[in-house]
Amino acid sequence: MIDKNSTTILSVQGLRASINGTEILKGIDLTVKSGEIHAIMGLNGSGKSTFAKVLAGHSAYEITGGSVQFEGKNLLELPPEERARAGLFLAFQYPIEIPGVANTQFLRLAYNTVQGQRGKEELDPLEFDDFVREKMKLLDMKPDFLDRSVNEGFSGGEKKRNEILQMALLEPKLSILDETDSGLDIDALKIVANGVNQIANPSNATILVTHYQRLLDYIVPDFVHVMQAGRIVMTGGKELALELETRGYDWISANKQSVAGVVA
Amino acid sequence: MSAVLQSLVNQPYKHGFVTEIESDIAPKGLNEDIIRLISTKKNEPEWLLSFRLKAYQKWLAMTEPEWQNVHYPKIDFQAISYYSAPKPKKKLASMDEVDPELLRTFEKLGVPMHERAALAGVAVDVIFDSVSVATTYKEKLAEVGIIFCSISEAVQTHPELIQKYLGSVVPVGDNYFAALNSAVFTDGSFCFIPKGVKCPMDLSTYFRINTEGSGQFERTLIIAEEGASVSYLEGCTAPRFDTNQLHAAVVELIALDNADIKYSTVQNWYAGDENGVGGIFNFVTKRGLAKGVNSRISWTQVETGSAITWKYPSCILRGDNSVGEFYSVAVTNNHQQADTGTKMIHLGKNTRSTIVSKGISSGHSNSSYRGLVRIAPTAENARNYSQCDSMLIGDQCGAHTFPYIQVHNNSAKVEHEASTSKIGEDQLFYFSQRGIDAEEAVSMIINGFCKDVFQQLPMEFAVEATKLLSFKLEGSVG
Repeated sequence: MIDKNSTTILSVQGLRASINGTEILKGIDLTVKSGEIHAIMGLNGSGKSTFAKVLAGHSAYEITGGSVQFEGKNLLELPPEERARAGLFLAFQYPIEIPGVANTQFLRLAYNTVQGQRGKEELDPLEFDDFVREKMKLLDMKPDFLDRSVNEGFSGGEKKRNEILQMALLEPKLSILDETDSGLDIDALKIVANGVNQIANPSNATILVTHYQRLLDYIVPDFVHVMQAGRIVMTGGKELALELETRGYDWISANKQSVAGVVA
Repeated sequence: MSAVLQSLVNQPYKHGFVTEIESDIAPKGLNEDIIRLISTKKNEPEWLLSFRLKAYQKWLAMTEPEWQNVHYPKIDFQAISYYSAPKPKKKLASMDEVDPELLRTFEKLGVPMHERAALAGVAVDVIFDSVSVATTYKEKLAEVGIIFCSISEAVQTHPELIQKYLGSVVPVGDNYFAALNSAVFTDGSFCFIPKGVKCPMDLSTYFRINTEGSGQFERTLIIAEEGASVSYLEGCTAPRFDTNQLHAAVVELIALDNADIKYSTVQNWYAGDENGVGGIFNFVTKRGLAKGVNSRISWTQVETGSAITWKYPSCILRGDNSVGEFYSVAVTNNHQQADTGTKMIHLGKNTRSTIVSKGISSGHSNSSYRGLVRIAPTAENARNYSQCDSMLIGDQCGAHTFPYIQVHNNSAKVEHEASTSKIGEDQLFYFSQRGIDAEEAVSMIINGFCKDVFQQLPMEFAVEATKLLSFKLEGSVG
């Protein structure tokens, strides 16, 4: 989906962040343009989920260096809700349960907040119901799902689908999917991947944070980045993911220098 | 706890002001002479004076309870003035004659009395510092035989009913605070729904404590005869003071065969400041007797105020097939302490009870649910379902559940469920990542948590309750 007319959505330079005094991100550089799908791979503890949360503005992390431009704005200055309203979306690795709050109520509030921000019309409960049911078809979700409490008692697959449904509703500029494939069986994985593919278009961008190559069989990335110890140590095309799958992450350490130059 | 959460939960009390009205205050202290003074001031019959004196003797022999999970300095009962009434200029024939200063107070509270009465179709019996100053809709209710007035008035006009029922559910020596109330109560509401009458509107009383240092001892008595039904609303708010004020009310409900009483409370008394200074001590005894077959008593309460709440609205299910319900939301913030719950005493056959309790604690507050379910040997096929959920906001507060279950009949079925949850950074982050700010997030989470109880409130009260929770837990973000 890369084309000449694409614009830069996200530009990360030398980003450093720590939690409780321990540095997790040690200088990340990444540029994401419209129409692109990026995969960030790496072992547990390499900092890839932290990177996702830092971009979304989680308060537990302290930014210690670098800069992030998002659609021409200084992202790091914005509180998390403004980042969301500006079009940055994070699909959570562990979606949070909110007992007593009906999913439809939550989805509508989120939708209307973002719509209001964009100067678009808000939907009343009846209009929203029609709208959300249409989007749910995309993810093969049952209608009763709207009346259940947000994520409460959902299976792993239902939670992840709920995340993608929100992504479909909010139409973000940049979607960051944090380990969305974890805990999904193959059928659910296909449904989720199909949803993501349908949402992706030439004017938005997607970052997939994942441990396994499996997801990339269904969502084909333009770039694959490998993270290690808080840095992106290697960048390549989709074939890099396959390479990783067969050779394992140990292979990276040995070949950092030689492969790193391929695409960057 | 994050700055966002801190500012969310630290919203100052909005109803803090004192109305300047001449008060007729009794000297501080409690003795037989004071009780005689109250009784004389109120022109009471001899039997009521002996009721009071008997209660006083019981009270003298009792000690203040200490089993509850609240801590407060010893109350000096001799430092309290037990009688305070606005000086009546003349007898009031209509609302227009009510002291304008008083009306302004209600305006500030957002309770424009006549408008509220007219628009909402609610008859408001206004209690101002222990004396009813105006009663509306009384005549309309009188047409169907309903008596709704202050208890002082009822003592004069329907002494036989008062004598028959007063103290019949909560005896004078029931507990320390009920005994005190029985000795010194100054006013309250009386409501009588005759046989077969369904009360055509919700009955409502607004309580308000006004004179600094005066305790308030309300007495409420509601009787629903055979086949009658009534929904009664009690709402409270109080001005801001630095000294603690004692409130020890007694409410008695009596439901005869097939009668139905629904009693709803929204309580927002001054809770003390953010350091725990001041605030009302709320020691209340509320009890309903489901005396007749198929009778039903339902308590719904939203408790957001008071420095200390000690309150267990209870049901005695004596009639066969009678039903008891208790729905409660208790919110504590800053240094508030609440020990609240219910008692369901099953005596009759096929009696059923439901308990739904939601406790929300934030700041340094402490909230306890304490509930007793007792199935007597006579209660064949009794059923109880209890659900007690607690929610914590921040990490400095506490929530406790003390269920007591006593089953003396093998056919009983008793269920108890409890849960504790927390509004954490992660929940708020999840909302904010969807563009929703913290204030709306907390409001949505809390309302979701309390949904089961709010559904039980009459419509206009549900709106008020939602607002009160907002006052309490949000507002200053931004």
